Amino acid sequence: MAQAAVEIKGTDTTALITGSEAIAVACQLADVDVITGYPIRPYDTVMQYIAKLVADGQFDCEYIVAEGEHSQFEVVKHASAVGARVFTGSSGVGWMYAFECLTVTPALRIPMVAMVGNRALDDPGAFGVEHNDALAVRDLGWQLVWVDSPQEALDTALIAYRVAEDRRVFLPLAISCDGAFLTHSQALVKIPTREQVDAFLPRYNRGDLLLHPDNPITVAPQANEDWLMEIRRQTAAAMERSPMVVREAYADFEKKFNRSYGNPFFEEYMTEDADVVLMGMGTLSMPVRVAIRQMRKEGKKVGMVRMRWFRPFAAEEVAKCLGRFKAVGVIDRDFSLGSPYMSGVLATEVRTALYPSSKRPPVLGFICGLGGREVTVPDVNKMADLVYQAAEGKPLPLTQWIGLRE
Amino acid sequence: MGRLFAVEVIYRGIFQKTLAKNLTRAIVLAAHHEGKPGISFGRYGDSPERNGIPAKAFAIVGTDDITLEEGMAKYEPKEVDITVAVDDTLFKGVESWAWYGLQPVNRLTKPNGTIIVTSRENPEMLIAMAHRKETPYKLAILKGTPSFSGLWVYKDDHTDVRILGAIARLQPDLFSLESVKRTILEEWHNEVKATSAERAYERVSTVTVQPSQGNPEKPYEFVKPKWWEMREGIAIPCIPQGHQMKDAQAAKTGGFQPDRNSTFKKYATRTMRPVVNFDTCIKCTLCWLQCPDTCFDVTPEGLYDANMESCCGCGVCEAVCPVKDCVTMVNEISFSDNSSQWESWRHDKPAYQAWLKDKIEKKRERSHGFRYRGQYQDQVPEMLDIAQGGD
Repeated sequence: MAQAAVEIKGTDTTALITGSEAIAVACQLADVDVITGYPIRPYDTVMQYIAKLVADGQFDCEYIVAEGEHSQFEVVKHASAVGARVFTGSSGVGWMYAFECLTVTPALRIPMVAMVGNRALDDPGAFGVEHNDALAVRDLGWQLVWVDSPQEALDTALIAYRVAEDRRVFLPLAISCDGAFLTHSQALVKIPTREQVDAFLPRYNRGDLLLHPDNPITVAPQANEDWLMEIRRQTAAAMERSPMVVREAYADFEKKFNRSYGNPFFEEYMTEDADVVLMGMGTLSMPVRVAIRQMRKEGKKVGMVRMRWFRPFAAEEVAKCLGRFKAVGVIDRDFSLGSPYMSGVLATEVRTALYPSSKRPPVLGFICGLGGREVTVPDVNKMADLVYQAAEGKPLPLTQWIGLRE
Repeated sequence: MGRLFAVEVIYRGIFQKTLAKNLTRAIVLAAHHEGKPGISFGRYGDSPERNGIPAKAFAIVGTDDITLEEGMAKYEPKEVDITVAVDDTLFKGVESWAWYGLQPVNRLTKPNGTIIVTSRENPEMLIAMAHRKETPYKLAILKGTPSFSGLWVYKDDHTDVRILGAIARLQPDLFSLESVKRTILEEWHNEVKATSAERAYERVSTVTVQPSQGNPEKPYEFVKPKWWEMREGIAIPCIPQGHQMKDAQAAKTGGFQPDRNSTFKKYATRTMRPVVNFDTCIKCTLCWLQCPDTCFDVTPEGLYDANMESCCGCGVCEAVCPVKDCVTMVNEISFSDNSSQWESWRHDKPAYQAWLKDKIEKKRERSHGFRYRGQYQDQVPEMLDIAQGGD
C-alpha cells in the first residue's frame, strides 16, 4: 500500500512528510478553493500530494491541471479575482514560462500563494536547486520567502495566506523550497488542528475588488503614461505595508499554535557572541549550523543569519543586526552575472542594506551549491575562515566561488 | 554527540521505487517509536527513473536532533550501517543515472556492516558477484524474487515488512521488532504483514564476507574536469564513429564496431540479457537496426554480437528477431562476465550451443519490464508462503 495521506485530526498529530507534502497539507488546512498545476520537478511533488488528498476525499477543491504554466498562473489569477483562495506553483524554467502572468499579478493586487520548488534554470537541464528562478521576480511586487524545513514550510504557507490576503497587502507571495533537500526529504512535522488554523486565518475577503456581477468593476483596462506611475506607486505602497502585516501574522501565529519563529524576517543562530556571521537562504542552513557547532569547539565564534523574507527585505533590521559583527559572509545559491563585484543577488542586496548604516562590516560574497551541489561542512569552514581574514582587515576578492572544481 | 544510523535501499527504478520509499519511511517511523528522530529521502539525482536503472533511497536516524542534523548535513551518507538490495543482480554493481561511475554494491557498507538482499541464490554466488571490499561485511539473504511490492497495480508480497523484521534483528539498537510491528499496523493496518516481519526476524541469518572474497575487478571510474578545462557553451565532443572488427581466428578484418562512451556504460541497468544463436541467425540486420543503444557489433562475417558492456537489456532485439529462439532474453543473474558471445561461439561452436541451451533452459524468469501479464500474481502465493514460514 502506498503512503497514506495525512489525516487532519482534532488534536495535534505528527506526520512523516516532505516539504512539498507539508505545503499541500497547509493548503488542505487553509481550505484553498482553486488549485492549478502543471508538472515540473521538483514542484510536481506538491501536485502529486494534493491529487492524493483530493482523490482520497480529504480535500474539496477545484484542482485544474493546465496545459502549461502560462495558463496555470492565469487560471488562479482569475479565480482569485472572483474571490477564491488559490494555490499554485512551479520550478525553474516552468516558472519562467509563466513569467508574463507573474508580472501582471502584483499590480492587479491578486493575493496568489505559490510554491517555487527551487531548481536551476536550463541550460543545462538540471533538477538541482538554485534560487535564480524565484529571484527573477524580485523587482515586480511578489513577496518572497525561503524556508528550510518541512515544518517551517507548513507554518509559512499558513502565514503566507494571512499576509497575502490581508487587504492592506493583496500581493502575490511565493514560498521557496530548495529542490531535493526540502521537496524530497521526509521529516517529522507537527500537523495543527483545523480549529487552530480557522482561528488564525480569516476567510479571503476581496471586498470592493471582487469581480462579481453584484460589484460591477473592470479590472486591468488599458492605461498609459497618464496612469501607470500612480499604479506602480500603489503597488509599492502595498509592499511597504507588508512588513507590518508579516510581523502581526507571526505574532498571532505564536499565540495560536504555540510555536515561535522569533524575528520573522531572518533567523539568527549563535550570533549573540559571534565575531563573524555567515548568511544565506534555504536549506544550506543545515551544514552551516553543523559547521558552526564544530568551529565553536575550536574557539571560533561564528554565527549564522538565515534570511527568510527576501521581499519585503527588512533592510534596517538586517543592517542593525549585521553591524554587530566584524565581518559577514553571504552565501548565495544563485548568481547575478555582471552585477556589482560579480556577487550573488543576496550579497548585493545586503551591501545595499548596509550602506546607510554607520556600522558597515566587510561583506564577502560566496557563490556556492549551484545546481543542487551539496554545500558541505568543509565548504562552510573554508568560507568562515575567509570571513575571519576579512575581519582582520586582509584584502580579499569580494566574490568567490566555493566548491567549484578549479 | 549521539549515535547516527544510516540505511540505504538500492533498487531498480521505476517499478521498485515505491517499495524503496515505503522501506525508508517505515524505518524512520519505527525508530521514531523509540524516540529517535529521522528523515527519509530518495537520491534526487537518480530521477527520472527509467526501467531498471539502479537508484537509491536513504533513511537517516539519530539518537537526538543534533546528531540527526550532523547526518543530514551530508546529503548522501558516506557510509551506512545497512545496505538493502531489493534485486540481487545489483550485486554486479550500481551505475546510477546520476553518472557516478560504477559503484560496488557494498561501497557504502560500513566495516562489519550488513547487506540484506532478496534473492533465490546462495551466498557463494552473490559474494562472487560483488566487488571486493577492504573490510569484512555481513551478508543476509531473504529468499525471494525482485519485488514490486507497493506498486499500486500489483499485489503485496510482504518483501517490505520482511526486510524491516530482518533489520530489527540485525541492528537492534536502531529499533526493536515491537516498534516494527507497531509501524506496520499503523502504516498498513495488516496483522498478517506484522507476522511476516516477525518470521523474518526469527529466521534471518548472516554470513561474513572477507576482504579476500568477491570480484577482484576495479570498477571503472573517471575524473571530472575542472571548470576551465571544459569546453564552453555546454558543448561536449561526440563519441567517434567506430572501426572495423578483428577476427583473430580467421585473421580477418571487417564488419563494424561502434566506439562507445567509456564513462557511462549502462550495463548495470540490465536485468535480462540477450543470448544469440549465431547458427540460426539469417543476418537480417533487424536487431542491429532497432537496438536503441547501438550495442550490436557487426562481425566480419556479418553476424550481430550484442556487446555486453553497452547493452542495457531492453529486449528490443528479442522482440524484432524474426527467427524463432535466435535471440533470447535470459535473467542477468545467470552470467558472471560481459565477454563476447560471438568470440565464444567462434572458439567452440558445439560448446557454445550447449552453453546457450543451458542458459535458456535454466533461467527463464522474466524480470522488471519483461514480466508477462499476470506473473506477479503467479509469484505472490509462493512469496507469501516464504514470508509466513515455508521455504
